[in-house]
Amino acid sequence: MVQLLTPEGKFAPSASAEEFLPYFEKLTDADFRKFYTDMVTVRRYDTEATNLQRQGQLALWVPSHGQEGAQVGSAYATKDQDHIFPAYREHAIAHIRGVDLIELIRQFKGITHGGWNPFDPKHKNFHIYTLVIGSHALHSTGYAMGITLDGKTNTGTPDTDEAVIVYFGDGATSQGDVSEAFVFAASYQTPQVFFVQNNHWAISVPVSVQARVPLYLRGTGFGIPGTQIDGNDVFASYAVTAKHLEDARSGKGPSLIEAHTYRIGAHTSSDDPTKYRTDEELQGWIKKDPIARLETYLRESGADEKFFTSVHEQAADFAADIRRRAVELTAPGPESIFRSVYSEPHPVMEEQQAWLAAYDASFEEEA
Amino acid sequence: MNNNASPTNTDERRLTIAEALREAIAQEMERDPRVFLIGEDIGIPGGFGGAFGVYLGLPEKFGHERIIDTPISEKAIAGAAVGAALMGMRPIPDMQYSDFLFECMDELVNQAAKMRYMSGGKLSVPLVMRCPVGTANRGAQHGQCPESYFIHVPGIKVVAPSDAYVAKGIMTAAIRDDDPVLVFEHKLLYGSKGREQAGGLDLTAHVPEGDYVFPIGRGLIKREGHHVTVVATHLTLYRCLAAAAELALEGIEVEVIDPVSLQPFDTDLIFSSVEKTGRLLIAHEDTLTGGWGAELAARVADDCVYSLEAPIKRVAAHDVPLPVAPILEQTVVPSQERITREIRALCAM
Ligand SMILES: Cc1ncc(C[n+]2csc(CCOP(=O)(O)OP(=O)(O)O)c2C)c(N)n1
Ligand SMILES: [Mg+2]
Repeated sequence: MVQLLTPEGKFAPSASAEEFLPYFEKLTDADFRKFYTDMVTVRRYDTEATNLQRQGQLALWVPSHGQEGAQVGSAYATKDQDHIFPAYREHAIAHIRGVDLIELIRQFKGITHGGWNPFDPKHKNFHIYTLVIGSHALHSTGYAMGITLDGKTNTGTPDTDEAVIVYFGDGATSQGDVSEAFVFAASYQTPQVFFVQNNHWAISVPVSVQARVPLYLRGTGFGIPGTQIDGNDVFASYAVTAKHLEDARSGKGPSLIEAHTYRIGAHTSSDDPTKYRTDEELQGWIKKDPIARLETYLRESGADEKFFTSVHEQAADFAADIRRRAVELTAPGPESIFRSVYSEPHPVMEEQQAWLAAYDASFEEEA
Repeated sequence: MNNNASPTNTDERRLTIAEALREAIAQEMERDPRVFLIGEDIGIPGGFGGAFGVYLGLPEKFGHERIIDTPISEKAIAGAAVGAALMGMRPIPDMQYSDFLFECMDELVNQAAKMRYMSGGKLSVPLVMRCPVGTANRGAQHGQCPESYFIHVPGIKVVAPSDAYVAKGIMTAAIRDDDPVLVFEHKLLYGSKGREQAGGLDLTAHVPEGDYVFPIGRGLIKREGHHVTVVATHLTLYRCLAAAAELALEGIEVEVIDPVSLQPFDTDLIFSSVEKTGRLLIAHEDTLTGGWGAELAARVADDCVYSLEAPIKRVAAHDVPLPVAPILEQTVVPSQERITREIRALCAM
């Protein structure tokens, strides 16, 4: 397992980390602080969203608590031109790619059909969430095939060559979709990284039910090499993803990363994890927290209290701003249900929309 | 059943749909060692009993051998069930949300549905797939009502129980049936959990303790009337019943039918009602185009055209994916108000 930063916050690269160290060495102290700031901000955001859900502001919330290391490190390893296909828990990656996190709140508050335009430059090719487990492994592979066919990769210009990274969970690896995506990715040597956040649970099902061999080996028989990383080590996540993406960009084909992490919170706000996992296991993982270990590292390399105070203040402001905007969000008008079903005017949509308008108007006439 | 039930039925045993389904499954598992459950998140002792609590207590009773927790693959869950059914078992694969049926279409449509036919009647696939449907603020990929896709498939039976009495009886019938049966259940009708969202309905019904069968292919008249026939399932059925009560005050007597079975339909029951009333309205939460209402309307048009005094009316969800917004969701699916108005308009024709 590739690890650079131990749970105690010591910089002590594992032997397997060696080939990835050159990528880490490009990082500066400013980058470390940026990682830290984003991890703290998104965790604070996640707590705020959980509270908003409990207060009835959101229909549902999918917590990301605990997975910030895997997400922030790998997100910073992408380049602007890369395409990212998330599942539904990748809030930190959304944030780093420039999606205003109120968008997720809008979605979980249930006042928008969802989504953002991934092709809008401000969203940096961060695609929309899907709730169908594993499905996006397939269309991300299709997208990656397209990149190759368009000649937008492996041209020897890494600053513009494109790659795809697709995120899914340990549970998703059991779906045929993921294996079938592996087949196509390998056959067409797509410029693609499959990033598995192994948070050890798929709702109530432990990863041991999904896999008898470590998941990073899942691709081997398909011809897809894999690396296992400590997903709570933001440095490992950064360095390994940077190398895998560079390989993808330079014609070396698809690869797999398995990031060991843990879902500290519930699967969603509708779940009660105490029904299926032990407190002992949870406490064990809390000790391996991705933020705490980076904080120790930063303190030892000279960050002062002022820095940490200002990060936490910034995060609190961020969350307060989200709360303020979340509460103000209003529901869209009924005609919006017919929007975005088809690409062009459609006779049935027109007919049903006209019917709805007449139906609504009939109440006013009666009044 | 309690033989000493008092005339006022104060001591009758009332169950929710979730409890009724659980009881049917447990009784059949006890009666028949070939019956077993397979799916995601169903088998933890002390757990939540599957996505909607239907299996509460069953893992403790039957253990992991008969309540099999699987990796996440609906295709393989369906495949495991088809394979087991071929060797004489009676599997109950659980789809968690019926939206995930699309993950296992080939196993269902090309395999399960066709095994009997392609083997000249030598093989059968007696599986019972549990498929929760219905809008519940979860958006386009977690709230569909896909019953109608499957009534189109020869070889599969499709049922949609809407009350606890029927739920227990039809689940028992489905388990004992030699063909693949898809049981569609509405998420907001399971019991107390969905009560508020279901509009404060009392979702319990009297359910006999012993095992019994509610035959597949039989519908039920839920309310008698002679002005118009209304056929509806699930939550929409309750909205129709409420509409009927409202319209009775205006002198419109609505006959409300729960078809229970969508493949096959209880055409005898529905046709004779339409012959009596001369008017038909069909309501469902699924989208309009190609929904089961279209099939039923065509059959009624074929058989009862000379009894009809007005066009057949369908009230269904608009032909759009489900929005997540609760207020929009309620605009998409048929409301009680909309049903009431449509019935009133139909009766004025
Ligand atoms: C096709 C499909 N099957 C089942 C589900 C229900 N479901 C939602 S999340 C989930 C577990 C996913 O686990 P994993 O892939 O490990 O991701 P995690 O939630 O742990 O991030 C399941 C079974 C679904 N959404 N889609
Ligand atoms: Mg997981």
